[in-house]
Amino acid sequence: MQNLDSIIQNARAAFAAVSDPNALEQVKAHYLGKSGQITALLKDLGRLAAEEKKKAGAAINQAKAAVEAALTARREDIRRAALAARLAEEALDVTLPGRGEARGGLHPVTRTLERIEQLFASIGFSVADGPEIETDFYNFTALNTPEDHPARSMHDTFYLQDEAGKVAENVLLRTHTSPIQARYMQAHVERYKHLDTMPEIRVIAPGRVYRVDSDATHSPMFHQVEGLWVGEAVSFADLKGVIADFLKRFFETDDLRVRFRPSFFPFTEPSAEIDVAFMGGALKGRWLEIAGCGMVHPNVLKHAGIDPEKYTGFAFGFGPDRLTMLRYGVNDLRLFFEGDLRFLRQFV
Amino acid sequence: MQFSESWLRTFVNPDLSSDALAHLLTMAGLEVEELEPVAPDFTQVVVARVESVVKHPDADRLNVCQVVLSDGVKAQIVCGAPNVAAGLKVPCALPGATLPGNFKIRTAKVRGVESAGMLCSAKELGIAEDASGLLALPEDAPVGKSIREYLDLDDHRYTLKLTPNRADCLSLTGIAREVAALTGAPVVYPATPAVPVTDDSRRKVLLDAPEACPRYCGRVIRGVNAKAPTPEWMRRRLERSGLRSVSALVDVTNYVLLELGQPLHAFDNAKLTGDIHARLAISGEKLTLLNGQDIALADDILVIADDAKVLAMAGVMGGEESAISLETRDVFLESAFFAPKAIAGRARRYNFSSDASHRYERGVDWGNCANALERATALVLELCGGQAGAVTETSARLPEPKPVRLRLARLQKVLGVSFAAEQVATFLERLALAFVREGDDFIVTPQSYRFDIEIEEDLIEEVARLHGYDNIPGHAPKGRLAMLPQAENRRPLYRVRQQIADRGFQEVINFAFVPEAWEQDFSANLRPIRLANPIASQLAVMRSSLFGGLIENLAVNLKRKQSRVRLFELGRCFTQSGADYAQPWRLAALAYGTAQPEGWGRDNRKVDFFDLKADLESLFAAELSFVRPEQPHPALHPGRAASVHLNGREIGCLGELHPEWAQKYDLPAAPIVFEIDLDAVTQSAIPAYAEVSKFQPAVRDLAIVVDQSVVLGDLLKGMKAHAPSQVCDIQFFDIYQGKGIPDGRKSLAFRIVMQDTQRTLLDADIDAAVVKITTYLEQNFQAQLRA
Repeated sequence: MQNLDSIIQNARAAFAAVSDPNALEQVKAHYLGKSGQITALLKDLGRLAAEEKKKAGAAINQAKAAVEAALTARREDIRRAALAARLAEEALDVTLPGRGEARGGLHPVTRTLERIEQLFASIGFSVADGPEIETDFYNFTALNTPEDHPARSMHDTFYLQDEAGKVAENVLLRTHTSPIQARYMQAHVERYKHLDTMPEIRVIAPGRVYRVDSDATHSPMFHQVEGLWVGEAVSFADLKGVIADFLKRFFETDDLRVRFRPSFFPFTEPSAEIDVAFMGGALKGRWLEIAGCGMVHPNVLKHAGIDPEKYTGFAFGFGPDRLTMLRYGVNDLRLFFEGDLRFLRQFV
Repeated sequence: MQFSESWLRTFVNPDLSSDALAHLLTMAGLEVEELEPVAPDFTQVVVARVESVVKHPDADRLNVCQVVLSDGVKAQIVCGAPNVAAGLKVPCALPGATLPGNFKIRTAKVRGVESAGMLCSAKELGIAEDASGLLALPEDAPVGKSIREYLDLDDHRYTLKLTPNRADCLSLTGIAREVAALTGAPVVYPATPAVPVTDDSRRKVLLDAPEACPRYCGRVIRGVNAKAPTPEWMRRRLERSGLRSVSALVDVTNYVLLELGQPLHAFDNAKLTGDIHARLAISGEKLTLLNGQDIALADDILVIADDAKVLAMAGVMGGEESAISLETRDVFLESAFFAPKAIAGRARRYNFSSDASHRYERGVDWGNCANALERATALVLELCGGQAGAVTETSARLPEPKPVRLRLARLQKVLGVSFAAEQVATFLERLALAFVREGDDFIVTPQSYRFDIEIEEDLIEEVARLHGYDNIPGHAPKGRLAMLPQAENRRPLYRVRQQIADRGFQEVINFAFVPEAWEQDFSANLRPIRLANPIASQLAVMRSSLFGGLIENLAVNLKRKQSRVRLFELGRCFTQSGADYAQPWRLAALAYGTAQPEGWGRDNRKVDFFDLKADLESLFAAELSFVRPEQPHPALHPGRAASVHLNGREIGCLGELHPEWAQKYDLPAAPIVFEIDLDAVTQSAIPAYAEVSKFQPAVRDLAIVVDQSVVLGDLLKGMKAHAPSQVCDIQFFDIYQGKGIPDGRKSLAFRIVMQDTQRTLLDADIDAAVVKITTYLEQNFQAQLRA
């Protein structure tokens, strides 16, 4: 049946010649429609003898299947081509900027404070807060700095005016975060007064502090983080261990040296100043003063109602502004308080 | 405290370089803040004598000098200095010398005349600013000697930053004592033998305030030459210690102050009447101080007076009237001990300080007053001549050094390292602290110059210092493990910060003190909390709102060409009622510019009230309510402001900045701002489960027309309150005015969601619910269903 072969060939060619789905369906009608060629052949079968009919029918059905297969394949080709065309048409310039809100960010000093809080939380320090308008008692007296103590002149204190315009008695802007120490210890003692031995105090207290001082390296408002650990067996060696650990974790390097040298704070004894030196980078080899610390003075413990014979403790005060400067290479403290977005956005 | 290394080394001379000595002091708690050579590096400069001077043949301002460089060695040097003269001794840089700034001296022709070296000014040697002429040396300067050696220029100037507890190191002998203790090097203190008494003048001293002044030594020296010159060695030591030479008598008192740490005061004896009194001032007494300041004294101020008048503020500063001058012939010299408590803070009260008050506040060695007086007398006689009268020493009850017990076990407990008793004994001996031993305890009696040893911890510090803080090993501490509490109903501040930052806001930190105008403008606060001593007039009052800082930040950033600014701050605000101060933490934010970052494919509309409202709401899990404030907020546009409520409590405000302030603060448009109590944001309810219905919800949309004046919030609140229980949500989703809606009316559209946890709602239930709501609206808000 040469005729059938040529029908299949013609159909394939005709399908291939169209690329539009509607046109394809019209071409399909030529072969498989009511008056299509294959359909006509099938209709003609009735005229054949039974023996021939069976044979020819099989052949025609085979051809019909071949044409249908060609049709399906062509339909799929056309669908794919159409999809490909659509995809090509829909392609984007992926380098155009994204839309929507841009991210803001935290202040660099906040970032530092958060890291400090987390590092100390990992060894069981909680966080405490205290008032910034503080009483003379907590800022000085409770910290073993009675009136007219020469150490008071180490702090250039901001005082407030009372309603009569005079210097208000007994209130000031706190000059350090150490008053939180005193307040926290008192509260702790009160909370655990029913126990023979109170649980350890492990606390840090970050916050803003104020001193009458303003130049490239001093701001009249700046930050401090106070730390305090009081327990039955807390020693100077522990203090050294904690501070060295902290500095290495904070700066994420073992490549630094820490030194402690004797100093004086009325509320610690012995007292130390902590210097750090980096072994690399822009500040390589220079000793940088970074914190004050010491063993809590027995008078301070007594003020809080803690027996200094039974308990000892250490306290430290870091300058997070300075830590931030060292960590990120900021060279002017004043940038922190100017609100310049070009500066602040670098810390997003 | 400043001092010269070579002076210190006359007392104690350890085998340490200048740097090593500085390190030693720093690591012992006497922080060396600065260590600088007194002269820059230069070489081959010697003392020379100018033999003759003749005019340069070809230059008006130059001279040709014959100069003697050493015995029999001469050189010809051309010199332009105006003060060059035959016979003058000057520093001469020889050919081959290098002067500061790497300036090399060679034999050269100057305008045709050979010049073999250079005669130098002080400035050319880098030792003083004077460039007006050659540095004239004394007549006895040895020709040929290296100038560095002759002027002791290889010396260093140390600046110590002493802590207030170490008053005993406010002198050369004090530092020497410390260096000896630290290094074990031998120390020699200045001899203070009693000067022969050759005059019978004396003044009686009365201690009228014996607690404030327990010891007073005085003596008259008659017939001094106050105009005598101060010798070069003394002048040099004073200058290298940061003191200017004034006159021989003043210089002697300053010299002994530096050498022994004992403040001295010299009165002009001719101006004194009768006896000397150390007494408390009578309130209101007047005194003109040496610095010219007129002060009225308070009754807690110790003064030195004679029978007629107040002479000096004791231990602080002398008076002008009784001061010595170049005409003074007879001197009354004072060397006293004033109690730290009687001096502390007094100078500061009058806004000055002095070397004397600085030392007395911290503690002066009360065992050394007479010695210092003898030392000063000897120097006065040496420099100015005169006849010394007898020392009047008057003492009352002096401080009693209290023995302090140091226990070995306590030492170990505090420091975390153990010490052998012998080791501790050695440290105490090196510090010259007298002690007796009781088993493992040391009973230590501090010296009269140690005011900082009162309790056991003070001795522990001394041991640690001598041992070296660096030699105490740090170790990881041991502690009981206990979990920290985690209150789920409080959100950490950092989460709040991060949340608002994620909505495009940048955190700022502003000063808590602000210009007074901000308080007036943004808080209508006419009585702000004022600082008594502000650093500047525009930082004089405490903020009661965070708005001012954010608005200034905005103005600054706009000047720097930032067009879209979104800021927030967390900080305390301050208010006062009577003697009570409230200082709540607040959170404020500001948005300015476009609602979203400007860019392609956006409408780039400006941020408005409702944008910031959404930012604010996003910080809360609970629903906020916003109401028109009863009193307009001073900072905000009265029609575009809301007070913000949470659970029935007002927690802050939201709105557009008042146009008046936008104009005043140079803002092209008004930003949108909010400020709320931080406390409200950090609270967060612990979630509680409510049953989720298994049945399909039914949803109906409802559009009504109401008067323009109807407030959505009231309407929604009423609808929710009056809806049947199956109504689980009513959402407002559209507002429309314009075509089809009568003037003065507006159309509002709501989506009503209904559900029952027990059954599927029937159409009849749903219709009934809608009817109930619409009836309520018709009756209470004159609402009409929109066709």
